Amino acid sequence: MEKLRVEHLSKIFPSAAGDVLAVKDVSFSVEEGEFVVIVGTSGCGKTSLLNMIGGLEPATEGRITVAGKEVTGPGEDRGMVFQGYSLFPWLTVQKNVEFGLKMRGIPPQVRAETAGKFIELVGLKGFENSLPDQLSGGMKQRTAIARTLANSPEILLMDEPFGALDAQTRIVMQELLASVVQETGSTVLFITHDIDEAILLGTRIIVMSRRPGTIRKIVPVSLSCARDHTALTSPEFLAIKKEIMDLLWKEQTL
Amino acid sequence: MKAIAANTRKNAKILSGISFLILITLWCILTYGGFVTPIFVPSPSAVFGKISEGIRDGSLLRNCWASTRRVMVGWLLSAVIALPCGMFMARSKRFTAVLQPVIEFVRYLPVVALVPLTILYLGIGETQKYTVIWLGTFFQLVLMVCDTVSSVDKNMLNAARTLGANKWQVYKEVIFPASLPGLLDDFRLTIGWAWTYLVVAEMVAASEGLGYIILKSQRFLATDVIFMGLILIGLIGLLTDFLLRLLSKILVPWYKRLGD
Repeated sequence: MEKLRVEHLSKIFPSAAGDVLAVKDVSFSVEEGEFVVIVGTSGCGKTSLLNMIGGLEPATEGRITVAGKEVTGPGEDRGMVFQGYSLFPWLTVQKNVEFGLKMRGIPPQVRAETAGKFIELVGLKGFENSLPDQLSGGMKQRTAIARTLANSPEILLMDEPFGALDAQTRIVMQELLASVVQETGSTVLFITHDIDEAILLGTRIIVMSRRPGTIRKIVPVSLSCARDHTALTSPEFLAIKKEIMDLLWKEQTL
Repeated sequence: MKAIAANTRKNAKILSGISFLILITLWCILTYGGFVTPIFVPSPSAVFGKISEGIRDGSLLRNCWASTRRVMVGWLLSAVIALPCGMFMARSKRFTAVLQPVIEFVRYLPVVALVPLTILYLGIGETQKYTVIWLGTFFQLVLMVCDTVSSVDKNMLNAARTLGANKWQVYKEVIFPASLPGLLDDFRLTIGWAWTYLVVAEMVAASEGLGYIILKSQRFLATDVIFMGLILIGLIGLLTDFLLRLLSKILVPWYKRLGD
């Protein structure tokens, strides 16, 4: 089943110095259970693209449908995870994870149960009553992931979620996300500029060119080995990495 | 860590005590040492004599209460109106376009100069006094609330919206709690200003209140009573400040300030 469909999407930012074409005629779709990663250098319009899908920015042209429904604004069918965590600092981990359920009027007991399940899933059991301020960056992002998943969205939109973490924590979080997604069967659209991260997590990788952001190529990823840090040095992995680097590199020298 | 923090807090309290002690000592040296005439600066004993006199005949409590009531009613009226206005201004360009120029304009008008108009429109009763304090604080507070609410992290609002919060829920569940620490600070500052407008409010046809007794004493050059009034206003101010800080601790325990 198709979860997300993006058709001829364009975004123009008007500015005093002339209009800037940030995203140009982008079309793709994401099937249920897929993990699609968009890679591109900074300024290629990938965040704009995700924000349009999330309904946080209007598209200049084109059409976005999620599970058959046209996107007109933000909604709980598209859960977003941001680089800056965006947790509510006055709420405990438990209450943060319950937030979406509360907004949708789910009764307190069901809320607490569901939240508890996802808190355990991301490995934060025992931290239910901590405030975000008392957590490390990785733990904050775990909370944000649990908060989004607890809302059972059709698709998970992740905007460089591990960009602010140190290298070790990032690998731990990548493995955690891979296992969580496998467990829940979630559909994910993930943005990064980190090629390793893209290959490690993605079932398909959309490589974007910069300004105006267009799709250069869609690369399928099929690794026969386990998707963890050991994969980083396998020949299959390196072959895909080379292909993507060539695509991005060619463009730098243009 | 906790012990160190507790120690720092204790040290801070001692320092605050010392700074007051220095002030009082200076006051004693100046007056008892005969460096200034009592007509300029009355001695502590003269001022405390007046205070105990006021306590005994009940006038002190009456005056304090009259002023506190005026400040509270006037200020509460501005807070109650400024809070929603400021919140909507922060979120709606249209609302801002309508309100901002008017508010900015009135903000610069000296309240003292508006007093004759308040008498003309409202007479000389309590309403006129509440209005003077309201005029002094409302227009400032609206803009402060607007600023505080505008500075709420936009990503947090986006997160709430993608989690399914509707417009009203975003206000109630995110914007309000996120800006509460800042709002409490705004409240604390404007209550202080409300006290400074008290004398202006009690300029006309008042028969009690701390501002009134200060103004009355001016005619008789009763510096000791003026000092008493000033000290009482200062003390009530300190007390309000303390209560609001306490309220901050209770309402927004999650909020960490620089230096906490």
